[in-house]
Amino acid sequence: MAEASLDAPGAIAGSRHAGRNRIRALLAQPKVVFAGGFILILIVLAVFAPLIAPRDPLEQDLLAGTLPPMGFTGAEPGFLFGTDDLGRDVLSRLIFGTRIALIVAFVASALAALLGTLLGLLAGYFRGATDATVSRLVEIWMAFPPVLLSILVVAIMGAGVGSVIAAIAIIDWTRFARVVRAETMAQAQADYVVAARVLGFGRLAILFREVLPNVAPVLLVLLTLEMGIAVIVEAILSFVGLSVSSDTPTWGGMIAQGRQIIHQAWWVFAAPLAALFATVLAFNQVGDGLRRALDPVMQR
Amino acid sequence: MTAPLLSVSHLSAVSTRDGEGAILRDVSLSVARGEVHGIVGESGAGKSTIVKAILGILPRGIRLTGGAIALEERDLLTLDPDKRRHVLGAEVALIPQDPLTALNPGRRIGAQLTDGMRLWRGLSGKAAENRALALLHDVQMREPARVMRAYPHELSGGMRQRVLIAAAFALDPKLVIADEPTTALDVTVQKQILRLIRSLQERHGTGVIFVTHNLGVVAQICDRATLLYMGRVMEQEATATLLERPRHPYTRALIAACPRYDRPGQDLAPIPPDVIAACRAEIASLDRDGASHG
Repeated sequence: MAEASLDAPGAIAGSRHAGRNRIRALLAQPKVVFAGGFILILIVLAVFAPLIAPRDPLEQDLLAGTLPPMGFTGAEPGFLFGTDDLGRDVLSRLIFGTRIALIVAFVASALAALLGTLLGLLAGYFRGATDATVSRLVEIWMAFPPVLLSILVVAIMGAGVGSVIAAIAIIDWTRFARVVRAETMAQAQADYVVAARVLGFGRLAILFREVLPNVAPVLLVLLTLEMGIAVIVEAILSFVGLSVSSDTPTWGGMIAQGRQIIHQAWWVFAAPLAALFATVLAFNQVGDGLRRALDPVMQR
Repeated sequence: MTAPLLSVSHLSAVSTRDGEGAILRDVSLSVARGEVHGIVGESGAGKSTIVKAILGILPRGIRLTGGAIALEERDLLTLDPDKRRHVLGAEVALIPQDPLTALNPGRRIGAQLTDGMRLWRGLSGKAAENRALALLHDVQMREPARVMRAYPHELSGGMRQRVLIAAAFALDPKLVIADEPTTALDVTVQKQILRLIRSLQERHGTGVIFVTHNLGVVAQICDRATLLYMGRVMEQEATATLLERPRHPYTRALIAACPRYDRPGQDLAPIPPDVIAACRAEIASLDRDGASHG
């Protein structure tokens, strides 16, 4: 039975590896390479902080207080970014500060994503009372000023990395819930979901096999952007002294400390601010790059 | 005479949105094993509603008010939900209207093709894959192994429709419902798809409900056809009789409104307003009769 095939040779357009294409589309963007590279460097710094940092970030040397960064008059070799008023090395503190910043960025945004996605999926797919409940919850949540709400959460739970992570997850799940809900609603109307229903798949199977994979790209973009937000929120909480204890270096804590001596030693304030700025920018650029790479409409 | 494969009897449905407007009015039809039964009508005639009622996927705004749907004498409307899910999943299949949206863009063809086999046949891994490859070969797909690994966007519309046809026949169903499967495709591909459905249907002895608004398609593929207007059966006949000796004026008008290849350049005749008025009057009087009986 040698039936003639109906299609011309090579009728399958494009490559077989859609996933690989997307990675290529991602890496073709210079900003993603730079921003992603920067985040990778941050991860290396955080993991190997004790090996990389030139000094102990807590070591005080009052005789070497408020030394300016290299290149300014009065700078001393060995203190690249200068020292703070207690004579602690700013560069080393900056490097150790990446630890808290990145832990919070990754864990808090993952938790917020998990919570928000779950509620968004349920609301978007089951609609009715489930949707009404989740949507009202989101609206109530979003009426709270986020920074004050996070301060409240940390105040109740007590200071510490765990509380900061919890505060961010508890506040920012709404971002994920809203987007995932809308996306799920659109997906649930799609013909292939109807086809899966006709075939006899249960609701949860359809939700996780048919809907979730198509929500995943949006989710990934949102997750990356959320990491930038988490870094900022952590810095704010450190700034007001509600994050970790003061003997652990954090960027927010350094900014708070630097603000008090800004006229004597501006670099104590500027260095962590620059680190914060660059990190948030990097996460946002990667997020934007992901959006371009994953969105089939924007690719064309 | 043995019981038909599918029998829809006295099915009525209303819209719950705009004041209980009737969508289906006492529709009866039956499909025998190995028969291709066309459901023809204009947009809004109720074609899709019949199909959705059979498949149990009526949208929220439509409610059945009476009638029965039986597949091999099992009443689908009263069957317990788990059993019904099994009957519909394993014995009935759908070839959807738009091949561009009926495949999940995020999953490979192979995975989507083997879904049903995993769910109802317990096939997995190599066995399911081999079955899928054979199905793709049956729908005359070149390089079935590559198609299995492809994502839907890598295939043309015609290829996707053939994948969906392969998926529909994957479980060797007793009834296949084709919901305007060629509407979204261009004319040359349409013909191939029709031939393909016909040949698979003949080989497997499958009953087919073929929904279309195109009488030309009915002539090509259907053994019998039901003509719907405003949710009411206007005429139900063997295809040849329906097209050559139409009894109802609406059927005649509809046939006159079709483009003919043997009379190129001729203007199409719109359906005359008096025919539409007569149809509406007839349906209204039948509605009154129905109401007085009930």
